[in-house]
Order: sequence, then structure tokens, then C-alpha cells
Amino acid sequence: MLQIVQTALELGFQYALVAMALFLSYRILDIADLTTDGSFVLGAAVSVTLTAAGHPILAIPAAMAAGACAGFVTAFLQTRLGVPPILAGIITNTGLYTVNLMAMGWKSNASLLRADTVFTLLRAAGVGGEWYELLLSAGITAAAGALLWLFLGTRLGLSIRATGDNRDMVRSSSVNPAFTVTVGLCLANALTGLSGAVVGQYQKTVDTNMGAGIVVIGLACLIIGETVVGRGGIGRGILAVMAGSVVYRFIYAAVLNTRIVPIECLKLVTALVVALAIAAPAIKSGVMFQKRRLAAGRRGAC
Amino acid sequence: MLRIEHISKTFNPGTVNEKTALSDLSLHLKPGDFASIIGSNGAGKSTLLGAIAGSFTVDSGSIALDGRDITFTPDHRRSVVIGRLFQDPLRGTAPSMTIEENLALAYLRSAQERTNPFSRIRRRDKEFFAEKLKLLGMGLEDRMRQPVGLLSGGQRQALTLLMATLVTPKLLLLDEHTAALDPGTAEKVLELTRTIVADNRITCLMVTHNMKQALELGSRTLMMADGNIVLDVSGEERAGMTVDGLLRRFRAGTGHELDNDRMLLSD
Repeated sequence: MLQIVQTALELGFQYALVAMALFLSYRILDIADLTTDGSFVLGAAVSVTLTAAGHPILAIPAAMAAGACAGFVTAFLQTRLGVPPILAGIITNTGLYTVNLMAMGWKSNASLLRADTVFTLLRAAGVGGEWYELLLSAGITAAAGALLWLFLGTRLGLSIRATGDNRDMVRSSSVNPAFTVTVGLCLANALTGLSGAVVGQYQKTVDTNMGAGIVVIGLACLIIGETVVGRGGIGRGILAVMAGSVVYRFIYAAVLNTRIVPIECLKLVTALVVALAIAAPAIKSGVMFQKRRLAAGRRGAC
Repeated sequence: MLRIEHISKTFNPGTVNEKTALSDLSLHLKPGDFASIIGSNGAGKSTLLGAIAGSFTVDSGSIALDGRDITFTPDHRRSVVIGRLFQDPLRGTAPSMTIEENLALAYLRSAQERTNPFSRIRRRDKEFFAEKLKLLGMGLEDRMRQPVGLLSGGQRQALTLLMATLVTPKLLLLDEHTAALDPGTAEKVLELTRTIVADNRITCLMVTHNMKQALELGSRTLMMADGNIVLDVSGEERAGMTVDGLLRRFRAGTGHELDNDRMLLSD
């Protein structure tokens, strides 16, 4: 039981970084960034490859930089070349498939056998006892969250937030929205890359398909978190994604262990949860309309 | 100050929707000029402001501000020295951000803030913002941490005016900025405009649909028709002019009646 809780917490914090990235791109910039699936694998691939080469610590910033590059490509496509935002993400994501294979040495997966990872380094240092993996996962996520919170309070951060709100106003504040979108997407994908990097070293393996559906899972975490913690300022949003991700992993663990629904169905359930949550306002107003019509006691003419 | 030389702009050239919005228009504004623009529907009033602000580049001609050619300068760079208000009071502010954060963004246009993107809102800035907000007389200085989305249209337009002039611009463009407000609020925002423009000696170009306003406010009245300026009155001629006189001059200049479905002949 303790083992299950511990694993759920560890995974929850590791994947919370993806939800945090989506908080930045989807919630703040109002862009559905489909680069996410690919940049998650890219982060893991860079991290595992560098760890295998004996640089587990260097692997983390390298994976973030790789993720940022992927975000830059998506941003460049949509801000400078006029590609619609969703398509820009899909194009980058498709290209990343090859880049990810390249990063793994042209194999579809890679594993770490005896190489030191950031986790084994921490255990060797004797920090955290039995809980060293959770300690490190939570520590990295909390640090990333704190830095993101600080950043969004700076003037550059404010202009990124305004970009999702009112681009005209950003322009009239002498800031180029193309620039703020670029910074925002680089940062979001660096966070996704960081998540991949941590997960890759934690699981000691990377596979080209490990990112499939990550963006929807991240959105599910974001929505669950906002339901649990509530929506509000930036700080609350960042706490919400962490809480949401942990809750999601507990649900995942519960499904895995109780088999309420077959584990193969979990992606379908996740997709439904996300679709319903995002559709909720439309469904609500549709229901209200029908209620009013019925209350008025007549059916729509013609 | 502002020198516009022979600018033209045609939208959707070569299609059935082809529309010549500006045709060989020239306009010079002296420092401190406050000119109001009136004209028929589709005369090119908003297009002229758009051309100056850089919403698009003109097809021909040149625009210079304070001796610097800005014909090909992108809009976000022009906004360092050009402030602009739209008719829609929602267009100038970010609704989910607080009043304080909106002001901090507007303050980015100041020279010292542009150099450091990682600077944060300091106590000194907050005091400065609160002091400026007090001048609006709307009690916004006590609501600085509230999201702008909670404010009324008039409050948002007043805030936008403050933001556009927080760092004194070389040129202020007002595009019927009181037209969407109720009469009382419109009067209040107009009064604020008058005060702020006069106190800071800002050169100003204002589109209005209120003939009386066009004669009363500022120092020059321009009339536009078919993408050009057909009438430019100032000084004594303007001081003695009535709305009727203005309409007569328009008819004489263009050969047809002034036709604007929103035009207010008096208040």
C-alpha cells in the first residue's frame, strides 16, 4: 500500500511539470501546444542518452534546452510563418519523431543498466532515506513551480500573460506578441522536456512512444487541479497543476490495482474527462436553453 | 511633429472587395496640435489612425514622426511614442490581469523599464500608479489588485487613457474613444482627455462623430471624404464656425452631403 502511494506521489510530481507547461501555454497564452508529446520524449531521450554517457546532472539542463528548441520551432512556425498554432505543434511533433530517434542513437528505445542517475546519486549521498525518489521529484517540481511563479511576476512575465489576454494591448505596450509567444512556448516546452528528463532517469528507460497522449493527460491534470484547488491567480494555478497531477496518478493507481475499469481503457477515460471538462460551459448553456424552452411550454418554431 | 506625405492605401486590391481607404493624403501636425477628424462613413478616418499607428504599412507615401521616418516601423515599436485608444473600451486592457499589472505593462514603454525584462513592480511604481489613478477620480486607486475585467466600460476606457499617457507619448491617437460609453461617462472621459492632453502638451489626433465636439475640442478641425482631407480649419476661422457652417463648407468642398449614420449634429 505504502509502495503504491509513494509511486503515485513520485509520478504525480514528475508529470506535474507537463501540466505546468500546459498551464503556461494553454491557460496563460491560450495556445493548445501539441508539441508537448514530442518534446516530452525529446527530454527523456536527451536525458537518458547523456546519463548513459555518464552525465546525469548535465542531462537535466540539456533536456530542458532541447525542449526549448522544440518550442522555438513551433513558435517560429506560428508567429513568423503564419502556420495556424495547432498545426504548427503537429508539424513540430511529427518532425520530432525523427529527432527523438536520432537522440537515442537511431533506436526506438534506450535503457540505462548500471549508469548513475540523479536518483541513484541522491541515494548514494544518503539523502532522504527510503523517500529519496519522492524527495527529488517533488523538489525539482516545486523549484520549477517557484521559478515560474517568480518569472510571471516580472515585466516579461506580465507581457506573456497579457498576450493570452489581449494582443492589441501587448502591442500598444511596445512589446512584440511574436516575441512573448516565442518565450512562452520555449519555456513551456523546456518544462515538458524537464518532465521527460526526470521520468526517463526515474524509469531508466525511454521509448519513442512514451509521449503518446501526454498532452491530454496534462490537460486532465490541469482541469482536475483547477477543480480541486480552484482557479485564481498564478500561484494558485501552479499549485493546482501539482495537486491535479498527484490526484490523477492516485486515480491511475486505483484503477491499476482495483481494475474498476481495465487499465487499457484509461486513455479513453482520460480523453472523455478532458473533453467533458472543456465542453462543460457549452453543455451547461445548452441545458439552460432547453430548460427555458420547456418552461415556456413550447417547442422552437420551424 | 507628424508629417504625412502623400500616403495611399488600398485594401484587397484586385478583388471585388477592393477598397481605396486612403488616397494621396498629406497632413502635417505641429507640436501641441490637437486636431479632431470628422467625416462620412468609410471616409478613411480610422484607416488614417491605423496607418499612423502601424496596423498596416501604406502602399505609397511616407510618415515621419518628430523627424524620424516611421513608414516601415512595426506597430509595437511605434507604440513606444504613439498612444492609441479605440472605440471598444475592452481593446486597451487585459481583463484577467489586475489594474496594477496593466499599468505596469503600460509603463514598459518608459526607457528605463525597456532595458530590464526581469524587473518587477516595485513599491515606488505602485505609489506612482496610485497617484495617477487618483487623477481619474474613480476610486480605482483602492482597487489596484482587482482584475480589470471587473471594471465598467467607462472605467476601463479611463484606465486605457491613463495607460496610453502614463509615459507621455509624442502623439496620441483617439478613435471615437467615447462613442461606446453612456453620455455621462463619455463626458467624464472626454474631460479627462482634455486635462491630460493639455497638462502634458501632447500632440493629439481624435476621430469623433460629434460635430460640436469637433469644433470645441482642440485647435484644429479636419474633415475627411473618400480617403482624403477635404477641409482643414483652425484659428479664427474655426473659432467663429458653427455646425451649420461646417456642414456647408463640407458640401461646398465635396459636392455632396455629409453622410454618417452615427453623426451627432449637436449633443
